[in-house]
Amino acid sequence: MSDIEQIPVTMTVNGKKVQRFVEARTLLIHFLREDLNLTGPHIGCETSHCGACTVELNGMSVKSCTMFAVQADGAELTTIEGMANADGTLSALQEGFRQMHGLQCGFCTPGMILRAHTLLKENPNPTEEEIRMGISGNLCRCTGYQNIVKAIQYAAAKLNGTEFQEAAE
Amino acid sequence: MIPGAFTYHRPSSVAEAVAILVSHGDEARPLSGGHSLIPMMKLRMAAPEHLVDLGGIADLKGITDDGDTITIRAMTTQHELIASDLLAQKLPIIRETSLLIADPQIRYVGTLGGNVANGDPGNDMPALMQCLDAAYVLTGPEGDREVPARDFYEAAYFTTLAPDEILTAVRIPVPPAGHGYAYEKLKRKVGDYATAAAAVVLTLDGGTVSFCSIALTNVADTPLYAQEAGEILTGSTLDAETVARAVAAAEEITEPASDGRGPAEYRTKMAGVMLQRALARAATRAAS
Repeated sequence: MSDIEQIPVTMTVNGKKVQRFVEARTLLIHFLREDLNLTGPHIGCETSHCGACTVELNGMSVKSCTMFAVQADGAELTTIEGMANADGTLSALQEGFRQMHGLQCGFCTPGMILRAHTLLKENPNPTEEEIRMGISGNLCRCTGYQNIVKAIQYAAAKLNGTEFQEAAE
Repeated sequence: MIPGAFTYHRPSSVAEAVAILVSHGDEARPLSGGHSLIPMMKLRMAAPEHLVDLGGIADLKGITDDGDTITIRAMTTQHELIASDLLAQKLPIIRETSLLIADPQIRYVGTLGGNVANGDPGNDMPALMQCLDAAYVLTGPEGDREVPARDFYEAAYFTTLAPDEILTAVRIPVPPAGHGYAYEKLKRKVGDYATAAAAVVLTLDGGTVSFCSIALTNVADTPLYAQEAGEILTGSTLDAETVARAVAAAEEITEPASDGRGPAEYRTKMAGVMLQRALARAATRAAS
């Protein structure tokens, strides 16, 4: 199948410019994982339901299993590999997930954090309901979501310079 | 799940996109948000040889207010519909409906044009567009033609759209200020298609219904404009007896499939329940 056309794509991924040749049918998730070796974004359901493959593309949260790499030509992307602070310390969201036990098996976490990252940029002070609706495209089968919501609240508080108050149970 | 190979086209104008469709006929498919087509391609249930990505056509973006009509260009995303102040003010039922479609990630990329053009009876925008009496602008090699949403759908995935045409815009007559509206959707979970859903737009004049338009989602192989139900309610005070007659008339035209969402009889009844709720909520929102 060497006669399949190879198309040049250029993207800025986690702040770095990358250039590759891809087949038109290459899905963005495969491009990230196999061509760029960024295995943080996960392949969960492969049917755009679970959100494990969520990345940020031009300021939007997208499911990279349901987009072709060629569609992202010229785009700016962020994956979990680009989330830590420049000095290597954890970002507010990553710290929140650790402090609030927002993960158990960790499979959904890269998608959850990327989705929450975009959500907090659009809405720095979300209510609990807004957080729950905001992550409604991301499935977690371990936590029951309670601690994920707390982790996002923790991060929102930290980013806003306020103290996180855990709601009474 | 890797799609079959195809040739990728990224035209920068509608004319260029139409020309590609003309030269490849049935072997080409336009791509908008891709959240219907790409999953089908991954399953190899769709295998277009040419994919025409409409994402690079600036002319297919945006919402304009022409006074009596609002024009929404086809590649406007659900996320953009939700964020539009113009729509929030003049057509708030669109935001209410968009928020019930899929999930946040999919709403960033899913478009109004793709939602209405695909002909999937599970999609929510087609019934809403029938309720609002919208018209679709179809652009082909001979130019533009307008088809009312109420005449567009023929069967599941069959519409009046020709293979060499692109649905480029949706034109929606603005309902009167103070109209009541509601989109009620029963679904099992976020991202699910409706078990049944109902769109209602009505106006009240001193407590009496002066105008009422109703359409139903996913209870037949096309969206359903429930004309008779709307006519029964016009002139009424939405009293229980008249509402029951209208609900019965709406249930009468449904023809749902029995599937994981429930048996056909149940889905018909749920269409009636959604209609009843939508009428009640629309009435509380209408200025009398």
